[in-house]
Amino acid sequence: MAEIEKTAPAEQTAPAAAAPAKKPAKPASPGVTALRKVVSDVYAAAWEAKKAGRPVGWSSSKFPCEIAEALDLAVVYPENQAAGIAAQHDGERLCEAAENLGFDADICGYARISLAYASGVETTNVSRQMPQPDFVLCCNNICNCMTKWYENIARMHNIPLIMIDVPYNNTTHVDESQVAYIRAQFEDAIKQLEKISGNKFDEKKFEQVCANANRTAKAWLKVCDYCQYEPSPMSGFDLFNHMADVVTARGKESTAEAFELLATELEEHVKNGTSTLPFEEKYRIMFEGIPCWPDLKALFKPLKGSGLNVTAVVYAPAFGFVYDGLDDLCRAYCKAPNSVCLEQGVEWREGLCRDNKVDGVLVHYNRSCKPWSGYMPEMQRRFTADLGIPCAAFDGDQADPRNFNAAQYETRVQGLVEAMEATKAAKEG
Amino acid sequence: MEAKYTLGIDVGSTTSKCVIVKDGQEIVSKSLVSVGAGTSGPERAIKEVLDNCGMKKEDMSFILGTGYGRNSLDIVDDQMSELSCHARGAYYLFPEVHTVIDIGGQDMKVLQIDNGVMVNFQMNDKCAAGTGRFLDVMARVLEVKVAELGDLGAKSTKRVAISSTCTVFAESEVISQLAQGSDMHDIINGIHHSIAARMSGLARRVGVRDQVVMTGGVAQNVGVVAALEEELGHKVYTSPLAQYAGALGAALFAYQKATRKK
Repeated sequence: MAEIEKTAPAEQTAPAAAAPAKKPAKPASPGVTALRKVVSDVYAAAWEAKKAGRPVGWSSSKFPCEIAEALDLAVVYPENQAAGIAAQHDGERLCEAAENLGFDADICGYARISLAYASGVETTNVSRQMPQPDFVLCCNNICNCMTKWYENIARMHNIPLIMIDVPYNNTTHVDESQVAYIRAQFEDAIKQLEKISGNKFDEKKFEQVCANANRTAKAWLKVCDYCQYEPSPMSGFDLFNHMADVVTARGKESTAEAFELLATELEEHVKNGTSTLPFEEKYRIMFEGIPCWPDLKALFKPLKGSGLNVTAVVYAPAFGFVYDGLDDLCRAYCKAPNSVCLEQGVEWREGLCRDNKVDGVLVHYNRSCKPWSGYMPEMQRRFTADLGIPCAAFDGDQADPRNFNAAQYETRVQGLVEAMEATKAAKEG
Repeated sequence: MEAKYTLGIDVGSTTSKCVIVKDGQEIVSKSLVSVGAGTSGPERAIKEVLDNCGMKKEDMSFILGTGYGRNSLDIVDDQMSELSCHARGAYYLFPEVHTVIDIGGQDMKVLQIDNGVMVNFQMNDKCAAGTGRFLDVMARVLEVKVAELGDLGAKSTKRVAISSTCTVFAESEVISQLAQGSDMHDIINGIHHSIAARMSGLARRVGVRDQVVMTGGVAQNVGVVAALEEELGHKVYTSPLAQYAGALGAALFAYQKATRKK
C-alpha cells in the first residue's frame, strides 16, 4: 500500500493570531521534560529509519520490546499513538473513519483509530504522526482484540506479523509449560526479526537491553510507589501520562535515567511536604481502568472540585516488568491486567488500595475494553466486602468520546464523595 | 425555641418535587410538578410548596437541591446528589431500610444503607432500559397512561417475555406482540418483569439486604413492585411518599446543614 506511505510529519502550524490567548502552561520539571523527550525520540527514530530505508515496526504495548531493541529495530506503539490522538480530540474522526471501512463501532477505540491510521487517514496530532509499518509485533497478553487488529494491519500492508501468544492465566502462578510455550515463540520471533533487520541477534546486547528494561521497571515502580505518601506528591493521573515512556521505551537507558530523575524530584516533594497536585488532597481513591483520554478535563473537574486525588491505578505498575533471565522474562510477560484470573486481579488491586491508603474506588466501565470491564462488578463487590470502602462506576471510553456523558459521571463522583464521607464519619464514630 | 423549616427540592429529568420539613422531623408541605430540569417545573414546585403551608422563601433556614437539575438552581444554599438524598428519605420513611431501589425518569439506582447512611451504590449504564422513560415509551405504544400500567398488568393471566436489554428493541417487541394479537395485560406484565429483571441484576451487584425499599415514581406501579419481589426474593416496601423521597432527603439534609452552621 505504497500510496499511504508517509515520509515525515508535517510541520506544526503556528496558531492563528486571532485565537484567544491560552493560559501559559506551568513549566514541566526536568524529570517530566526528560520523559517527554524519550517519547519524542522514539517517534523521531522511527521517521529517521523510514527515511534511511530501514524497516519500521508497529508493536503492541506488552510485546517483549527487548528483542527489537537488541536488533536495533525502530519500533512505534499504536496504543500510545491512539491515546495521544484521542487526548487531542482527533479520536472520534478516526474511529468514524474505521467504521466507514467496515470495522464495527463495538471494537476497541484504540484499534479503530490505529486501523484508520494504517489505512492512510492522517491525524491532526502532529506529535503522534508515525511512519507506516514494515512489520508488526503482536503479543496478546494485554488483550485479545489485539490479534485481529494486528492481523488486519498486516493484511492491509502485506507485511509480516510476528505473534507471541500468551495464554490466559487461570491460576495465580505461571505454569512451566506456559513458560516453555512462550519461550519457543520468543526464539522464533528472534529468527524472524533477524531476517527483517538483517542483523544477527547479539546475546551481549540483549543482556544489556534487559538490564536497561529492569532498571526502567524498578525506577518506574519506585515512581508509582510515591503515591503511598499522605498527601501524595503527585496525582495518579500523572502516572497515566508517564506510562507513554514505559510503553514505548522501557529497554532504553535514557528512560531509566528519566524515571530516576523524576523519582528524585518526588522524593524532594515528600521531604518538603509539597505536591504537584493542583489542589488539596481530601480523599484518596483508586481509579480503575484506562482514563477517557478525550475527556480528561471533564474527568478531572469533579475530582478537583471535591479534593479527590487518585493515588492508586493498577494499570501503571502493571507495566513494571522486573525479571531475572529469559524464563523469568517470559513469566513476567504472562502477567498483564487482562491475562490474569480474577483472584490475581483482586490481590493486585486490594494490595494497592491498602498500600496507597484509598478511601474509595472509581471504576471506569470502558466500552473499548470489555474483558477488563466485564470482571469489575465482582471486583467491586469484593473491594467493598474486603476493604470496607465504597465503589462508584461510570460508563465511558478510552478513545471514543461518544461513549462518555459528563453529567452522569459527575453524579457518580458526587455519590462516591458522599459515601466516603459517610463511611469516614461512621468509622470515626 | 423557634421552629426551623428547611426545604428540599428534587429536580429530575421528568418531574420537580419539593418537601418542607419542620425541625428535621415533620413534613409540613410537599409539591410535585410533572416537568423537570430545564423547564418552569422547579420554580412552580417551589411556589406551590410554599403556598401550601402559607410560608415564604425567607422562612426557610436552608434550601438544598438534588436530582439531575440540581446544578442549575439559583435558589438553593447547597446541593447534594440524589443518591444520598434518596437514601436519607428512605431511612426517614423506613428506619429498618438496608437497600433502596429507585427508578427515576432516566436512571435506576440501588443504594446500600447502614444506619441510615449510604455506604455504597450502583447505577444503570447509559442505556434507558429499565428506567421510567422505558415505561413512558411502552405506555405510548400501548395507548394507555403510565399511571394505569400497574392496574392493567394485574389483570394478566400469563406473562409475555419482553427483552430487558434495549428500550428501542423492547418497543419493537411490544408492537410485534400487539400485531400477533397478544393480550395487552400480559404484555404489560412482561414489561414489568423486564424492568424487574434489569433492576435485580443491578441490585445483586451491591447486595440485597432487608428491608428493601423502593423510592421514586415507579414505586406507585404495583406491577413493577410485585415483579421486583419475585425477582429479588425479598419483600419490597413502598410508601405513598415514595416519589418525594429525594426531596424529603434533601430537606432533612438541609436541616442537618442548617443546625451545623451555627
